[in-house]
Amino acid sequence: MIWIVKNLWLIPALPLLAAGIIAVNKQPARKLAATLAIGSMALGFLLSLCAFAATLGHHGEGAFRETFSFNWIQFGGQWMSIGWVLDPLTAIMLVMVTFVGMLIFIFSVGYMAHDQNFMRFFNFLALFASGMLGVVIANNLFLLFVSWEIVGLTSYLLIGFWYHKPSAAAAAKKAFITTRIGDLGLLLGMVWLYAQTGTLNFYEHGHGCMEASALAGMVSKTICGGMMVSTAIGLLIFLGAVGKSGQVPLHVWLPDAMEGPTPVSALIHAATMVAAGVFLVARVYPLMAAGATPVEHGAPVTTALTVVTWIGAITAIFAATIAVAQNDIKRILAYSTVSQLGYMMMGLGVGGVAVGMFHLITHAFFKALLFLGSGSVIHGCHEEQDVRKMGGLKKYMPVTFAVYAIGMLALAGFPLFFSGFWSKDEILHSAHNWPVSHIPFLLGCTGALFTAFYMTRQVALVFFGNYRGHEEKSAHGHSAHAHSHSSESAHNHDPHESPAVMTVPLIILAGFAILLGFVGTPAWPWFDGYLTGEEFNFDFSKLTEPGTLSLMVASAAIVFTGLGLGWFLYGKRQRKTAAEKDVLEAAQPAIFKLLENKYFIDEIYEATVIRFNAFAAWLCDFADQWIFGGAVLLVKYITIGLAWLYRLTDEYFVNLGFDTGCEALREGGGGLSKLHTGRVQTYLRVIGVALVALIIFLIWGRKA
Amino acid sequence: MTPLQICLLISALLFAIGFAGAVTRRHAILALVGIELMLNAANLNFIAFWRYGAHPEALTGVLFVIFSIAIAAAEAAVGLALVIAIYRHYKTSNLDEVKELKG
Repeated sequence: MIWIVKNLWLIPALPLLAAGIIAVNKQPARKLAATLAIGSMALGFLLSLCAFAATLGHHGEGAFRETFSFNWIQFGGQWMSIGWVLDPLTAIMLVMVTFVGMLIFIFSVGYMAHDQNFMRFFNFLALFASGMLGVVIANNLFLLFVSWEIVGLTSYLLIGFWYHKPSAAAAAKKAFITTRIGDLGLLLGMVWLYAQTGTLNFYEHGHGCMEASALAGMVSKTICGGMMVSTAIGLLIFLGAVGKSGQVPLHVWLPDAMEGPTPVSALIHAATMVAAGVFLVARVYPLMAAGATPVEHGAPVTTALTVVTWIGAITAIFAATIAVAQNDIKRILAYSTVSQLGYMMMGLGVGGVAVGMFHLITHAFFKALLFLGSGSVIHGCHEEQDVRKMGGLKKYMPVTFAVYAIGMLALAGFPLFFSGFWSKDEILHSAHNWPVSHIPFLLGCTGALFTAFYMTRQVALVFFGNYRGHEEKSAHGHSAHAHSHSSESAHNHDPHESPAVMTVPLIILAGFAILLGFVGTPAWPWFDGYLTGEEFNFDFSKLTEPGTLSLMVASAAIVFTGLGLGWFLYGKRQRKTAAEKDVLEAAQPAIFKLLENKYFIDEIYEATVIRFNAFAAWLCDFADQWIFGGAVLLVKYITIGLAWLYRLTDEYFVNLGFDTGCEALREGGGGLSKLHTGRVQTYLRVIGVALVALIIFLIWGRKA
Repeated sequence: MTPLQICLLISALLFAIGFAGAVTRRHAILALVGIELMLNAANLNFIAFWRYGAHPEALTGVLFVIFSIAIAAAEAAVGLALVIAIYRHYKTSNLDEVKELKG
């Protein structure tokens, strides 16, 4: 066994240790906190690279996979073992999480520089990184679940980081509760899986629950409706992924989660944590794909994967349309994230692990870039988040503009040079070949159109035209940047470029947003080969195959249409003031309103789920107050009545009886005690009289 | 009247005198004298019943009486010692004034 496999636990343990040290230190130790957090991530990154290197070079001999498990706790006669696994999936995620995490940590140093709770922030970030890395390395659904919940907890803590804002506190609660609904499914799935297979280890030399023998057992059993047990468990686990990855219908928390600090949005709610759901599905992919009907080429088709595909496709188009009508720079990105996560799910469903994971990795880089870019914009504009009040920032923040444009083009899928194009194209390609239905493919294409459109709209509004922030600022003072901003920037209303500690990570991420696409092009499918361990060749002709080429051209056309439309509507004719109506709003007020209000999903939930919940709560309260409360009250009154009765008996029967008896005894004793004079002669006299009486009695008795 | 009856009468008289003394006397020594008289009455009964009983040759009555006199002597010694102790303690030998064990 390679040393790195044995010591893989170090990677999540380092940030955990850092978090612990930060937590016990006295408050103003900013440098220490930042150094520890970033240092632990940097070390983790180096270890991850070692792990990554260990998984390289195994093409053509099946996927590299080494596990390390040990017994943890015993209950009954069984041992619960936990452990970690090193395979390409783990390695690539480790590298991504540690690298992106490290950059975001560095960025946070600049972004959070003015915040009072700098240490708490880094403490949570480090804890988050630990949980996330735990999810990634886990070879055990239980360990994965524990880490998963750590991640959920830190997400809650970080969304509510500025808890004095009521909206942030509410968003934190919303995120926690919504994901908890999904986690319930995961927990049930986990328990069921354990009941079926007797182990929660994914891989264990043929005994793991993701390996052939266990899967065959689960496929052979069915529950009601002829559904395979593996499908049912897979869907339950997928429910956890739906919650964590913000898929419809549990997506509502993710846009609200943008209340947290922007680095948090970038790290947790764009790059890593929300991808954990996708990763989970990728991890249990063998379970999802178990019992597939054989297809001649492409990915297997099962009920579970079909559900994944549909949910993903619907989420992708659904969130993309909402993003069109949002005005908060981070909310646009948030819906974009939801939409892209939908693409990943769809990719997993139609194309298998490699397709979905490729988009996950590329997306992590360019979405982290976009979020950090938006953080830089917000920082530069004095905590302004409304895109209508920005504009013309190209002039003030050239570096941010350049990297943001790269991120935007990558997300939109600008052909050939940007990573998003290749990863999204692969998903669309797989969707095109999906034997079940063509609708996901069409939904994906439409989503791509919208993606290009809303990103163009955002960039046009933020970076082009004239700066529109002054009017608002002069009218309303500085209420928008009450906290965390020092006074010197308040005197200067012009936006400013961010410091190097923020721009350098952006530039690095931008580089990856471009380059990363080339590891998974159809001509050189290295990523696919790396994950599956299959042989691949550099084959340029694959690019020009009729199917691939036409699809590439089509998707390029879609992207250009989206970009052109966006530029035509928002770039060419810039809005003059912040209060002006949106172009789309003027043209289609009804549809725009629908989109602006996110299809009224929150309101629908408010009217259905929450009202139902409130009703159920009211019902419980009613039952508690009147039924159970009544029973308790009845018992109470019975008890009181009995007590009263007892008291009466006690007082007038027992006590009185005893009192009288005692009084009589006492008096009797008093009377008798007079006989005891203490004089022996008196006693003797009595004895004498008694003796005489006795003798007389005996004599007379004899005679009678 | 048989000799036994005469003896019993004398002993009953003796006992009555002793009893009266023991009961009525307030002086400790005189009460003790009364008790000794009752004891002697009992001894006289022993002798009388032995002498005029079924087996005068067996000497049981004499033995009993000797025992009884020995015990009476010991008892008188103890009783007199007690009286002297009481007198020393209470500075009186009047039995009516000696009512308390505590002191």
